[in-house]
Amino acid sequence: MSVTAEPAVMTETAETQGSGPDAPIRPESRDAKRFHRYVMFAIAVALVLLPFGLYPIFVMKVLCFALFGLAFNLLLGYGGLLSFGHAAFFGVAGYVSAHAAKVWGLNPEFAILGGVAAAAALGLCIGALAIRRQGIYFAMITLALAQMVYFFSLQAKFTGGEDGIQGVPRGRLFGVIDLQDDRVLYVLVAVIFMAGLLMIYRIIHSPFGQVLKAIRDNEPRAVSLGYRVNRYKLAVFVLSAALAGLAGGTKAIVFQLASLTDVHWSMSGEVILITLVGGMGAIFGPIAGAFVIVAMESYLAPFGAWVTIIQGAVFVVCVLLFRDGVVGVLSRLLKRPL
Amino acid sequence: MTTLFGFPTQALFGQLLLGLINGSFYALLSLGLAIIFGLLNIINFAHGALYMAGAFVAWILLNHLGLGYWWSLLLAPVAVALFGVLIERTLLSRLYKLDHLYGLLLTFGLALIIQGMFRLQFGVSGLPYAVPAELAGGTRLPFMYLPTYRGWVVVASLAVCLTTWLLIEKTKLGAYLRAATENPALVQTFGVNVPLLLTVTYAFGVGLAALAGVLAAPIYTVSPMMGADIIIVVFAVVVIGGMGSIMGSIVTGFGLGLVEGLTKVFYPQGSTTVIFVIMAIVLLTKPAGLFGRSS
Amino acid sequence: MGDPAASVSPAGTAAPLLAVDRLEGWYGESHVLHGMAFDVREGEVVTLLGRNGAGKTTTLKAIVGMLEKRRGSVVFEGVETIGLPSRKIARRGLGYVPEERGVFASLNVYENLMLPPVVRPGGMSLEAIYQLFPNLKERSTSQGTKLSGGEQQMLAIARILRTGAKLILLDEPTEGLAPVIVQQIGETIRRLKADGYTIVLVEQNFRFAQTVADRHVVIELGRVVDEIPNEALEANLEKLHAYLGV
Repeated sequence: MSVTAEPAVMTETAETQGSGPDAPIRPESRDAKRFHRYVMFAIAVALVLLPFGLYPIFVMKVLCFALFGLAFNLLLGYGGLLSFGHAAFFGVAGYVSAHAAKVWGLNPEFAILGGVAAAAALGLCIGALAIRRQGIYFAMITLALAQMVYFFSLQAKFTGGEDGIQGVPRGRLFGVIDLQDDRVLYVLVAVIFMAGLLMIYRIIHSPFGQVLKAIRDNEPRAVSLGYRVNRYKLAVFVLSAALAGLAGGTKAIVFQLASLTDVHWSMSGEVILITLVGGMGAIFGPIAGAFVIVAMESYLAPFGAWVTIIQGAVFVVCVLLFRDGVVGVLSRLLKRPL
Repeated sequence: MTTLFGFPTQALFGQLLLGLINGSFYALLSLGLAIIFGLLNIINFAHGALYMAGAFVAWILLNHLGLGYWWSLLLAPVAVALFGVLIERTLLSRLYKLDHLYGLLLTFGLALIIQGMFRLQFGVSGLPYAVPAELAGGTRLPFMYLPTYRGWVVVASLAVCLTTWLLIEKTKLGAYLRAATENPALVQTFGVNVPLLLTVTYAFGVGLAALAGVLAAPIYTVSPMMGADIIIVVFAVVVIGGMGSIMGSIVTGFGLGLVEGLTKVFYPQGSTTVIFVIMAIVLLTKPAGLFGRSS
Repeated sequence: MGDPAASVSPAGTAAPLLAVDRLEGWYGESHVLHGMAFDVREGEVVTLLGRNGAGKTTTLKAIVGMLEKRRGSVVFEGVETIGLPSRKIARRGLGYVPEERGVFASLNVYENLMLPPVVRPGGMSLEAIYQLFPNLKERSTSQGTKLSGGEQQMLAIARILRTGAKLILLDEPTEGLAPVIVQQIGETIRRLKADGYTIVLVEQNFRFAQTVADRHVVIELGRVVDEIPNEALEANLEKLHAYLGV
């Protein structure tokens, strides 16, 4: 499918804006890059300040989901592929990290890296199958394969089935730094998040990222230019899966738990919601989305089924009225790409 | 005890029957999905939730209005179809000019809302729905015991599927539907009310899902989550069959149900995942699906 | 050029069957029609001539309401249709045969033929159609797109004749067809004219247009630049060559 979600977003934007000076947003411009540097700096400052105002554990949760969203958005916004199965990578990485830390007694950094590796390997398998179809079929295939992973996690021994893996030790970073203190752990999570964000930013602006954009915007043209389109798609799929795994593995260490919730399809829905609310295709979109959604869910948690209903309503409202998301709107107000 | 390939025939045929029943639901659901996708270009993620809603309408009719199974079989699909009209007119019709993926996201949101509402009202534990008296009991066949209701489900689904096929392939209305699936703008220039056709098609598709829900109510317990898992399997069925052919959807649905039943006999651990494995194999060998036209 | 229609107006002053005026049309963001204006009187065959991309097909699409964004005025039988959806325009008695013929692959020939609803009494009977196009009867159970190009064109015209439409818009009916088929289509158009149909024909091939039309409307860059009565065509050949760039 050459018409993907993101160009649709772009067309929308062009229509609502008309052809003014603010119509074409070109992320490549030098001005934009400088602006992005300021935004990165602001995010870094915010990471330092946030734990003074909010519970570190809440901020860590937001950061894990934000990184998950960034990984998902790399695939959707820049690869033009809507995966409905990203919970598989997030959840499996969580299981592997938790297992590595608890059963094998690995240091947290190796446990998380193990999760990343598992997610990347799984991404290679699922991606190789899913990229054989486009658009709507791609979404259905990723959903179905992720459901297979869910059933596997339900039955396999090492995942602990319905109970999950509980009481995962946070361990000592590099064998030295005790992570039991939330504030110490927070520093690690913030560093991982920032590293992930910078890496994604680098990927998008690399020659590889440019080819991805060319494929997304006009696949037949990219093929005729001699690009092996499927290799690029698979590569971005694996990268996205690995980064989702980084988020999932980190979350397992932070919450000392890996459970079926994280491999369930509703988790795949959640990361889509985070990205949709934040702004599909906006580089910083999922960060805002994660804040909104995680905050909303922690306020609504006591109301049970209402969480699902409100999530659903947010989906409907975003699709009908708010397709650019928070950051998309912000970007338009500032007349700068975000 | 008689055995076949070393398995007791009772168990073998019992599982095959169960597979056929699951296949009936796969066929009814994937048929509706395919018709809706063909004309509206929307993958209706809410299909599973509306299947569940069909089962609940039957339960409510029985327990609050005293209307039995046969009334439900008629009224539940109509009620859900009317709800479908509302969805299509107020929500989906705003998306036709956008990328198809928005339709998937919107109907996913709808599915969450519908499931959440039923959970709020009825909790998560299933509610029982009794087999209607006329279809209670069963027959002892030489190789197995056939519960009447289960036989009825298979026959009824098959009849509904074939009627739908005839409706689409052999009637004037079906010709409009097929033509509009190919080129809606042109059909509109002939004076055909295509927007109405879209509404009717969506209502019909979700009506089929509700009918499947009513048929399922006495077999499975009626629960808010009954549609969530089946819809993912039905997506896989649709990928395997390809959405290009109506008959293809029917055949694939029943066929995969049977395969799943067989797996339950020979390799029970694999029964939940066998359809996904088949999907992977089909993607590797025939990416457009068994009955799909590659586009 | 001011009002080209006025300059070639014949003695009869009856209101035109179709009056297009100040018609603007867009494909997405690109503005294609810039104030098209021409009239078609009842019983006339009028061709729209012009180069590729001049806006001939777009004009037909704007008239039948297939363009999403259009402005100006299209009056059919005294009724303004510019604000109507295409299905309502068709219901007023306007039949459209698209360039790509629009024969449906998932319908057989008979189903294709019977697809458009009858919009007015007085359409051709199935028998009359089969008499006009005997091939369609022979192949009535074949898949629509299994027909030859010529047969598909016949089918696309035939199914409109059934509906009782008074005005028929034909988009390049001869495109890509063998000379003998082109001749057959020419005969069909003359026959329809004799039966009282009004026809707007988009053509690139003015030699063909010459054999069927009463009048030629020349289009350039989304505007009418000239109108040439068929009798004056030979006298205006040089001008026409310049317009069409042949």
